Amino acid sequence: MNMLELRDVSKSYGEGAAQVHALDRVSLAVEPGAMVAVMGPSGSGKSTLLTIAGSLEEPAEGEVLVGGVSLATMSRGAKARLRRRQIGYVFQDFNLLAGLTAAENVSLPLELDGIPARKARAVGLKALDELGLGARAASFPGQLSGGERQRVAIARAVVGDRRLLLADEPSGALDSVNAEEVMRLLHGACKRGVAVVVVTHDAQLASWADRVVFLRDGRVTDQTAPPPGPESLLEQGASQ
Amino acid sequence: MELTALARVPFLSSATVQPTSDKRIARRLHTKYYPQHVERLRYIVSVRHALLALLSEGPKYGLQLREEFEARTGEVWPLNVGQVYTTLQRLERDGLVESDGTAEDSPQKGFRITPQGEQELAGWLRTPPDLSSPPRDELVIKVLVALRVPGTDVHEVIQVHRRYLVELMQQWTRIKESEAEQDLSLALVVDAELFRLDSVIRWLDTADGRINRMKPGELEPVHSALPRLRRRVSPRP
Repeated sequence: MNMLELRDVSKSYGEGAAQVHALDRVSLAVEPGAMVAVMGPSGSGKSTLLTIAGSLEEPAEGEVLVGGVSLATMSRGAKARLRRRQIGYVFQDFNLLAGLTAAENVSLPLELDGIPARKARAVGLKALDELGLGARAASFPGQLSGGERQRVAIARAVVGDRRLLLADEPSGALDSVNAEEVMRLLHGACKRGVAVVVVTHDAQLASWADRVVFLRDGRVTDQTAPPPGPESLLEQGASQ
Repeated sequence: MELTALARVPFLSSATVQPTSDKRIARRLHTKYYPQHVERLRYIVSVRHALLALLSEGPKYGLQLREEFEARTGEVWPLNVGQVYTTLQRLERDGLVESDGTAEDSPQKGFRITPQGEQELAGWLRTPPDLSSPPRDELVIKVLVALRVPGTDVHEVIQVHRRYLVELMQQWTRIKESEAEQDLSLALVVDAELFRLDSVIRWLDTADGRINRMKPGELEPVHSALPRLRRRVSPRP
């Protein structure tokens, strides 16, 4: 079963002559443990696709299924629960709360979901530990480097066993070594069975994905073939 | 536009690749989008400087130098190992290395680098390679020609190349992920390749955007450009 499925999803903004088709009959399926990158220029509909996939916005047409359940059939409360329990978000500008420590930022979604503070904190610390940030748990975002802040954001996105991770230019504000670290962490989440969607205009980021989907003017225009093994480069070179 | 101008299009910066112990890399470097100047990589590093680099680590015997030279260079330098000894003789003649008194050509003959040799090596490391004249790039030419071929969707042409490049990058990233973490040389070579391919994709993205913003009729009409193109490509009288 696909963790995320978009079926002929369309979305437009504005009306009449000023109407812009942000998404035009986009279909996309992401199975558990897969990383799909959505590449496209600014204004191609990448971010709209992500907000609709994350149930933050509703499509004008088409259907979105998360974990096999159609969002259209869910109540507002059920969707809010789905966002808290199943879906993690990673943004370019981290979106950490400045007044909370790293540990508090990570455990916040669990607490919002009604998990007792002490338990939430223990789970949050574990998530930070796994990303090598155990020693920084008591630091405030302002005391962390950009790379550390993004790792806290990733810890927050995966905490509590969430199955779908949506990332919007997750390393856009980082240097390339830290960007690679972020992609390694997202890839690590995939290996644990999390389905990951990364939207980006950066080919180096996209190249971590199992599949790259190209978006243009709100339409999926192309996608990469399933990746062959690394040795194919060797074979390719040897045959020349 | 004259096609001769293409030769001056500043497009790719060279991926400067260091020699590495992994001879498979040498083969991996041969991909469709590799500019010709990188094909000449193997000639950039001379036996002379390779031997000076090996001796900069400490004194070594002739046989040891020969073995290390072979082990580290693999197929990057497909050379006769005999060249190792003749080059050592020349380095000694030039005062860049010195040897102990053992008989000529003995595998047990010891060599050490001299201060002049260290200076020569340091100078070579800091001499920038010639990146001033970029090679003619097939991809740039294809995109420029696509603009002129009636009925051709340039965006579609660009996308074909973009997809191919992203697929190549996916393969390099797999190598980085699986093999390069413990191997610094390999990680550096893979980074160089990823950045090079990335720069090609960014050029394609820029071209795509630029062509998109172009107003109809802004490009010289095909009929006026054609005679000039014909003149360019027709055989000289």
